Amino acid sequence: MNSIGEACTDLKKQYDDCFNSWFSDHFLKGRTNDSMCAPMFKVYQDCVKKAIKAHNLDLDDVRKDLLGTPQEKKPPHKP
Amino acid sequence: MKFYENSAIFNYSWEQVAQGFWKRYPNPNSKHVLSEDTVSRELKSGKLVSKRILTKTNNIPNWAKRFINTTYVYIVEESIVDAKNKILVTYTRNIGFTKVMSVTEKVTYTQCDVNPSKTVATRYAWIDSQVRGFSRAICAFGYERFKKNAHKMVGGFNHVLQNMYPHQHVIQTGYVTATAATKLKDAAKNASELAKAAPMYASLHPN
Repeated sequence: MNSIGEACTDLKKQYDDCFNSWFSDHFLKGRTNDSMCAPMFKVYQDCVKKAIKAHNLDLDDVRKDLLGTPQEKKPPHKP
Repeated sequence: MKFYENSAIFNYSWEQVAQGFWKRYPNPNSKHVLSEDTVSRELKSGKLVSKRILTKTNNIPNWAKRFINTTYVYIVEESIVDAKNKILVTYTRNIGFTKVMSVTEKVTYTQCDVNPSKTVATRYAWIDSQVRGFSRAICAFGYERFKKNAHKMVGGFNHVLQNMYPHQHVIQTGYVTATAATKLKDAAKNASELAKAAPMYASLHPN
C-alpha cells in the first residue's frame, strides 16, 4: 500500500514489515517491548508528517482521539 | 441519522484476523483506497493503540457533487488491540465535509465463543448529515452505499486472509480424528465455505 506522500512509501513499507513481524512474534505472544521498530517509525514519521501537511487536512480533527473516550458514539438502545 | 449494524464470521482465528487487519489493503475490493499511513502508535496498559490515515477516491453521484466537490476523502482509523482478551476494536471516521456527510464505523473483532478457530466481527455505523433540506436524502444515500461497501469490505478482508493462510483448512481437516465426527463435519463445512463470511443480519434504525 502506498503512503500519502510518494517519497515516504519505501520508508512506510520498511516500517510496516518491521511492525508486522513485531505484532506477530512479540505483541501477540504477550511481549510488550516495542523498541524494535522505533527507529524506523521515527524516520517514517518525519517523512509522513511533512506529506500530510501538504494535503488540505484538518489536523486538529485528525489528532482527536474518540475510541475509548466518552465522545465515542454508542449504538441506539434496542427496544 | 441512520444507524447500520451487521455481523460477519471469519473462518480464521482471532490472531490470524488481527494480523490480517494490518495487511487488508490492497485487496481486489479496495481499488478506491489510495494510501494508508500510521500516524501514531503506542502501548497503553499492554494494549496497542494506533491511528492511521487513509485516503480514498470520492465516488459520488452527480447530484451530490454540489455538496462535496472533492476528489479525495480522508479517513482516520483508530484501533485498540487487546491481545490478552483477544479483542480488536476499530473506529473510523471521515475528516472534512462532516457537516455534509459523516460516516463513523466501529468494528469489534472477537474470538467466537462457540468455535475458537473463528472470529466474529460486529460492525456499527452512524451516517449523519447536517445539510438543511437534504440531510434525509444524503443519509439514505450514505446508508445504502455503506451497506453495499460493508459486504465488499468483508469479502476483501477474506481475500487477504486466504492469501495469508492458504493451507489453513487443509491443516484443520488433517487434525481431525475418527472419533470427532462433529468436528469432521464442521471442518468439511469450513472447507466448502472457504472463508466466505456470512452476514448474519442487518438492521436499520431510523432516528
